[in-house]
Amino acid sequence: MIRRSPLSLLLAAAAISALSFEPVTAAPISYDLPPETAAFKPGQNLELVMNNCTGCHSADYIATQPRGPKYKQDFWRAEVNKMIKVYGAPISEADVAGIVEYLATTY
Amino acid sequence: MLDRREVLKRAGLAALATGLGSSKLFALDPTVVLPFENGKRPLVKYPQKRPMIGQTSRPPQLETPFSVFDEGPITPNNAFFVRYHLADIPYHVDPDAFTLEIKGKVERPLKLSLKEIKKLPAVEIVAVAQCSGNSRGFFEPRVAGGQLANGAMGNARWRGVPLKTVLEKAGVQQGAKQVTFNGMDTPVMDTTPDFVKALDIDHALDGEVMLAYGMNGEDLPFLNGFPLRLVVPGYYGTYWVKHLNEITVIDSVFDGFWMKSAYRIPDNSCGCVEPGTAPKATVPINRLTVRSFITNVLDDAKVKARKTTKLRGIAFDGGKGIKEVAVSIDNGESWTPAKLGKDLGKYSFREWTLPVKLVPGIYDLRVRATNNAGDTQPMQPLWNPAGYLHNVAETVRVTAA
Repeated sequence: MIRRSPLSLLLAAAAISALSFEPVTAAPISYDLPPETAAFKPGQNLELVMNNCTGCHSADYIATQPRGPKYKQDFWRAEVNKMIKVYGAPISEADVAGIVEYLATTY
Repeated sequence: MLDRREVLKRAGLAALATGLGSSKLFALDPTVVLPFENGKRPLVKYPQKRPMIGQTSRPPQLETPFSVFDEGPITPNNAFFVRYHLADIPYHVDPDAFTLEIKGKVERPLKLSLKEIKKLPAVEIVAVAQCSGNSRGFFEPRVAGGQLANGAMGNARWRGVPLKTVLEKAGVQQGAKQVTFNGMDTPVMDTTPDFVKALDIDHALDGEVMLAYGMNGEDLPFLNGFPLRLVVPGYYGTYWVKHLNEITVIDSVFDGFWMKSAYRIPDNSCGCVEPGTAPKATVPINRLTVRSFITNVLDDAKVKARKTTKLRGIAFDGGKGIKEVAVSIDNGESWTPAKLGKDLGKYSFREWTLPVKLVPGIYDLRVRATNNAGDTQPMQPLWNPAGYLHNVAETVRVTAA
């Protein structure tokens, strides 16, 4: 399997149409995803979140979650811990509080 | 897979990429607002797809706009929902080089090319694929996960080879307990569990579970699992492994993360618990619960009073088949059976129609289906911590004037 390199990710992002799908009769078949449009909101500790979260998923994974007073520190701490314990995200213990703070304050 | 340094590098590039005037692009794009808090989503255009509700972009998750379900009982390929778990999806597939491996507790391990699979006797089945978390956005209290409205479902005519045919070709050994399924999509981090699902051996050999290469008369769309996916009629979409290239027969119960820890429901008859509480015991999610929808009259619609409005919609269940669909205009006091449409098979959407005449007023139209086993839909939503199995009798508020 050939994986898309970060460079082609950038190129795809630069090309607004990026619809380079070939007809089904062609082989091999390539698929280019449209550019990622979702971005993290500005906020304190954004750098931490960029470094720890965006390797595996886009910002809309966070932006679409429920909002409101019931979905603050506890909600986001549970999510960050799930990423570490369940999905194996290599987030250092020292970074957890800052990430949770950003998420609870910004979303 | 990447090591930590490469991930950081990639993250930095992603940051750069999202900085390229993307907020402007986003603002120009049309959006939809799903009917729950924080429900605004972009309408996005992907290759092979018409504009879809953009849930997430990496990995891609696309929801079908609800109006598609009013177009007919078959969901077009270009409107069929997309759900991935892991971001390293196969961007390049060579159908001539593709192979499906069948291994483990079999007499003759096999590697079949797509051509060889297509030469085997083909079967077709019409079946609904529905995401376990379809309608999760309507849970109250809300739960984490994909915040979907009702569009993470679709009904297609699948064409392929019974899994049974291939397993018998390989020769299942005595003592086999389960069969596991792995696709070409992989995690970004090697510490993230790969997406592998399992079925009991009897289920895998039931003749209905299918290795599908065709969908509604065409090849599978790329994002729906090209060139080969598992079709598990009557079961939630989590089992319908996309880009399927590895089948392993095992003599134990598979204990991988996506079976043992994820996609679990409370181990009781309703698959539910008191809202906000945790279940004592869980089992893997399995058959679809009964659902029905009005598709041609939407919430807040206005209809002509004292004139006939022909309501229409769809219903489905986990494979017993739909016995009845009924509509109530008086908050569930009385129910009027609808006329069922053509039967495309017990795993398919079943169309229904019902003419109603309303005197002026505001109505909550409720629709409720019952299957051939007598299972029906609850009038109040059931709750579980993962946000699965949503199947409350749907309500559409209309004004007749």
